[in-house]
Amino acid sequence: MRWLYGPEGLMATKVVDRADLGNLLDALRAEGFSVLGPTVRDKTITYGPLTSIEDLPIGWTDEQEAGTYRLVRRDDDALFGYVVGPNSWKRFLFPPRSTLLNIERRDGSLVATAPDAPSQAYAFIGVRPCEMAAIGIQDVVFLRSGHTDRTYADRRRGLFTVGVNCAVAGGTCFCVSMETGPRCGAGFDLSLTEVIDGDDHHFVFESGSEHGAEILAQLPGRDATVADLEQVDAIVANTAAHMGRQLDTTGLREALAASHDSPHWDVVADRCLTCTNCTLVCPTCFCSTVEDDSSLDGSVASRNRRWDSCFTLDFSALHGSPVRSSTKSRYRQWMTHKLSSWFDQFESSGCVGCGRCITWCPVAIDLTKEADAVRSPEKASA
Amino acid sequence: MIGTNDPTLRPVEEMLLRPFTVHSIRRETIDTVTLGFVAADGQPLPFEPGQFVMIYVMGVGEVPISIAGGAAAGDDVVLTVRAVGAVTNAICSMQAGDAVGIRGPYGMGWPLAQARGHDVVIAAGGIGLAPLRPAVMHLLDHRRDFGSLSLIYGARTPSDLLYLDELRRWRARFDIEVEVTVDRAPSDWYGDVGVVTNLLGRVAFDPDNTVAMTCGPEIMMKVVARELERSGVPATAVAVSMERNMKCGIGFCGHCQYGPDFVCRDGPVFDYDAVRARLSGEER
Repeated sequence: MRWLYGPEGLMATKVVDRADLGNLLDALRAEGFSVLGPTVRDKTITYGPLTSIEDLPIGWTDEQEAGTYRLVRRDDDALFGYVVGPNSWKRFLFPPRSTLLNIERRDGSLVATAPDAPSQAYAFIGVRPCEMAAIGIQDVVFLRSGHTDRTYADRRRGLFTVGVNCAVAGGTCFCVSMETGPRCGAGFDLSLTEVIDGDDHHFVFESGSEHGAEILAQLPGRDATVADLEQVDAIVANTAAHMGRQLDTTGLREALAASHDSPHWDVVADRCLTCTNCTLVCPTCFCSTVEDDSSLDGSVASRNRRWDSCFTLDFSALHGSPVRSSTKSRYRQWMTHKLSSWFDQFESSGCVGCGRCITWCPVAIDLTKEADAVRSPEKASA
Repeated sequence: MIGTNDPTLRPVEEMLLRPFTVHSIRRETIDTVTLGFVAADGQPLPFEPGQFVMIYVMGVGEVPISIAGGAAAGDDVVLTVRAVGAVTNAICSMQAGDAVGIRGPYGMGWPLAQARGHDVVIAAGGIGLAPLRPAVMHLLDHRRDFGSLSLIYGARTPSDLLYLDELRRWRARFDIEVEVTVDRAPSDWYGDVGVVTNLLGRVAFDPDNTVAMTCGPEIMMKVVARELERSGVPATAVAVSMERNMKCGIGFCGHCQYGPDFVCRDGPVFDYDAVRARLSGEER
């Protein structure tokens, strides 16, 4: 293991051969982690439990465009040769459904108890830089805005992350515009870059925390050389040069804040189905609602939280009628929140440039184009 | 970015409910009830006038309700509830001794500290009087700390007026002006008919030295604020109380977003200057 100065300070580095990568899972499992990573499911890249390195989407890549997603074969056996699928790590830290409280009637009053925290901490393998940025954004929402969300905190505590520097850019990726990738920045315990050169298939590891360095010390491998790190830089630079999309964020926050009466909202509302896909695939969208489940005799109930979306009519309902009933008002709420009022609330953009909302929109609405059009309607109609 | 041993990751009980039981019930109107609750844990529920609580009915759900009164006559907290949905209907049909869960108080209250030494104008519409009731009580309890005091109140009909006993008592005092109007009146109504803003010219206040607090339909608050501004009261001295859908009360669920603000956390009381572009706006 070799200690070098990286972009985030002193870091441990090591080059691990493809054949030895299973040791990473073994080391994490030995520490009691529940290990999760990308797998192929339902013809998509989906995060789930990893029992071995062979569970990874070996030799797969994805083709993404607005409204289009296809898994296709690569001509090599890369383990991380794709970008992001419809699921994000959000579903583990902020689950689509979770129980907030269990309530029972006891001696004429209500007794509420919160469920126990999960017993195992998570280790996420293959976190993309845009996704680490998304976790950082949800940390602010759920942990650093005056209150602490128990469900999120219970799952975030002890999280170990292995990031991946992106070697390919997806058709809807624009992390360069949002300054979140394609290289892993702060927040990772370990990051890796996959290098395939003929029969030579290895991973250049960099540590981002003490714990990461401890795990890295347990892996077999050789010291990273300057040439290895230059190769990492070249891979990341090549990815950055091939972004499928870009979003000019100059003045965008201000333009959207003043966009309430923009005629372009009517144009996008003609296409938007208010299906909520964009909000469900978004790794930062955090809105939720709570529903009650109760026993037939009414003696026990649970308060269950599930993801909600600002695209539903019920979302803004006040005394039974919605404040935002038109499609345009709901699309406007989503986009202005994501790209403008998020700054007022949480001091950052709510967008990390992962491109999911573009890929998974059934009518191919493109956030980058719509944002441009709201800012400069004359340019859009030209 | 946070590390794995970040102290903000300590377990917390933000959503945990405190058990309360119904203690007193007073029917205000055909669809509105004022209930007093007693804390089962014996602990008080301190609050600032203008704040709200989340109240839970077993198996039905949870809603935000403005606090209409504090500890008095054996009650620990008083809520005035209008039956408009499943949860509020369940609350309005509760009997003494029934159990609920309450958490809070949450949100920003009325600018009572800012109002010290100033004339105070209170303008309420409909059930908007409920969150203003503890403010009026505070002003009367500390009457010498304030200048002239006036309450203008409008409801749809005389039978929609809340807190009739208190209104009569307040009207009988010489240190607060109380004016009431209704939109529609039967033949036995001898009071005013018309919108609340008509009453503004009736009450005395020094525009350069006034703090106003208003709660009611958005269009009513907008007109009141505009009229006050026209008479010389600065927009920063006019407080409005907003209402939006809320599921959590603490800025997590996202429902109550109102421009850049979360009504639950940044409101419900805002100064008019901060929300004037949004108030009563289309689909905000």
